[in-house]
Amino acid sequence: MKFLQFFVGSFKIISKGGKAYYSWIIFLFLLLIWGGTGYIHQIKEGLILTNMRDSVSWGFYIGNFTFLVGVAAAAVMLVIPAYIYNWKPIKEIVIFGELLAVTAVIMAMGFVFVDIGQPLKFWHMLPFVGTMNFPSSILTWDVFVLSFYFLINLFVVTYLLYYAFIKKEYDKSIVLPIVLLSIPAAVAIHTITAFLFNALPARPFWNSALLAPRFLASAFCSGPAILIILFQILRKTTKFEIKDETIWKIAELMVYAMAINIFFSIAEYFKEFYSDTEHLVFWKYMFFGLGKNDELVTSSWLSVILGAVAFFLFLFPTTRKNFLTLNIGAVFIYLSVYIEKGMALIIPGFTPDVLGQIYVYYPSITELRTTVMIFSAGFLLFTFLVKIAIAIIFDNYYLDSLGTKKPVPSEVERITAT
Amino acid sequence: MQKDSYDSSRRDFLKKLPVAITGSAVALSSCSRQEIDEYLQENFRTLSSAEKKEIISNLEKKYSEKYGKKFIVSAKPAIDNTLFGYALDLSRCIGCRRCVYACVKENNQSRDPQIQWIQVLQMEKDKGIDFMHSDVHYDPELVPEEGYFYVPVSCQQCNNPPCIKVCPTKATWQEEDGIVVVDYDWCIGCRYCQAACPYGARHFNFGQPTVPAEEINPITHYLGNRPRIKGVVEKCTFCIQRVREGKYPSCVEICPVGARKFGNLLDPNSEVRYILKNKRVLVLKAELNTQPKFFYYFGV
Repeated sequence: MKFLQFFVGSFKIISKGGKAYYSWIIFLFLLLIWGGTGYIHQIKEGLILTNMRDSVSWGFYIGNFTFLVGVAAAAVMLVIPAYIYNWKPIKEIVIFGELLAVTAVIMAMGFVFVDIGQPLKFWHMLPFVGTMNFPSSILTWDVFVLSFYFLINLFVVTYLLYYAFIKKEYDKSIVLPIVLLSIPAAVAIHTITAFLFNALPARPFWNSALLAPRFLASAFCSGPAILIILFQILRKTTKFEIKDETIWKIAELMVYAMAINIFFSIAEYFKEFYSDTEHLVFWKYMFFGLGKNDELVTSSWLSVILGAVAFFLFLFPTTRKNFLTLNIGAVFIYLSVYIEKGMALIIPGFTPDVLGQIYVYYPSITELRTTVMIFSAGFLLFTFLVKIAIAIIFDNYYLDSLGTKKPVPSEVERITAT
Repeated sequence: MQKDSYDSSRRDFLKKLPVAITGSAVALSSCSRQEIDEYLQENFRTLSSAEKKEIISNLEKKYSEKYGKKFIVSAKPAIDNTLFGYALDLSRCIGCRRCVYACVKENNQSRDPQIQWIQVLQMEKDKGIDFMHSDVHYDPELVPEEGYFYVPVSCQQCNNPPCIKVCPTKATWQEEDGIVVVDYDWCIGCRYCQAACPYGARHFNFGQPTVPAEEINPITHYLGNRPRIKGVVEKCTFCIQRVREGKYPSCVEICPVGARKFGNLLDPNSEVRYILKNKRVLVLKAELNTQPKFFYYFGV
């Protein structure tokens, strides 16, 4: 019964807000409709409205899927340093990290859903009702780990918020093991997603043992970048408290991730360019173009340069501890990884194709609209979830708030008091 | 390889016949019911023979109505002691692409958007077999062109097929006679197999496939050339509807220079076995350990 009230309460929270909140929601809804009508068109006509063809059979959708799995994984991995360094708002970092993870997994799955030709038949790959090709197909592994990861994160945030809502102390012996379990699960989702590509000897571009380590390193860069910016926004606009030192610590940890990411990339480039085998052709297409086909060159270098600039901005304490340069660095590294996973990972894998032919791929307007649909839905969901979390944790919204309102000590005050 | 439940014993069929008849009667009485049944239809390999029979008779009726021709949808299983193999003589092929179009016609590939199971690559003689320097869009007045040779590529019917390994739904498998087939109604269109295939042999119905009624071939096999739906993958089946009836694939029949040979690898007297024994053969991308049953050789 109380749980039902938790839902009612959550619904009430998201339905009330200021002008800025409503304009943001309406803006996202408009984007959702614009993107959604593009997707409806794709359902009717088929994937022919995308620019994917037999040569380049995966494109922007699968790139976004890969990127978002990385975001989901990295969001939770912040829990490790939060425990090790005993950052004060550990619970908050866990909650917002897991909310981001839940949203990112939903969006990632959305991108798979819009990419398949017969979306309504997805049940064919489920265990029991369908004929799941487990353990042979890595895609089935990915379904397992992503669903598992989604469920445990959803459980933890719901549990923590619900107990805050009913003003009861949550049971640490339940939460802590699951939170700790979510860390290897986060590693697993991104590793399995890398193995998805790694598993294909037909595509030498992905058939490198460094693929999974590179996935993890780059995710450790882009995921915390989102949280750094989110924490600052929350700190300015709500009662969310996080010390400058904590944000700088996250940034410092990102420097390690960036350095490892750059090191892995250099190791990969060296192996490919020095060996100069026929497999170099994909890297050449990516960085230098093949003949007149130089479609990816600009964005590939842009990704490298943005990543390098972000690394140096984060490396030097003066720029790391200056919030302007820190935020520029965060946006740069986010964009760098987004370009890398969105385009520079998928497209060169298919260009030239297995028979050496070049098909020039770039996302069609339908693909862009469908992507906007999923991103605006994701932002909408994340906005709602964050708003609920803030109201319950910082604005002291709880069970009795549904009925009569009387002042009680807020969650933050209670925690600091104990 | 999984043993199939093809062997429809007569008794089993008779036992399930009432169910099948009632089922089809209900299905026919209401269109939406049939649509629901189609949606809930299981993987072809898990269906009972009665269910297969019912599904096939529904399909034959549907296709015949749609195209105004009497359709046959066969589900004929593999013939015992048969493992199909193919051999292609690179020194004879002139790159005329007659095989491409014969295949399109025989196997009801979509005309718009165009799907072709055979791709012919033009390669430079002084570079040898080199995909990175090949051209699939060559378009001279006359073939063959001086200094070039031609490598037609379709499904290599691998003995160790990477496409089957990656399919998340078991919608594609290798039959007893070695043919790799797709259950079009079970494929979810994730295109993982396309990414896994080293030969570009798998083709996706990005749009609604269309074949003009006057050009459609009504003699079909369930796992082969029956009309396809949007959003699923298809591929060469060695003309499963023909070879299981003892005929040659249509590309073998059409080839004007006799570059294409086909037969049973388990039969020591077959033409393919003769070629394997007496010619020097090669397979494409042998290093990937796909073990193709499609061999290339230089006959002259």
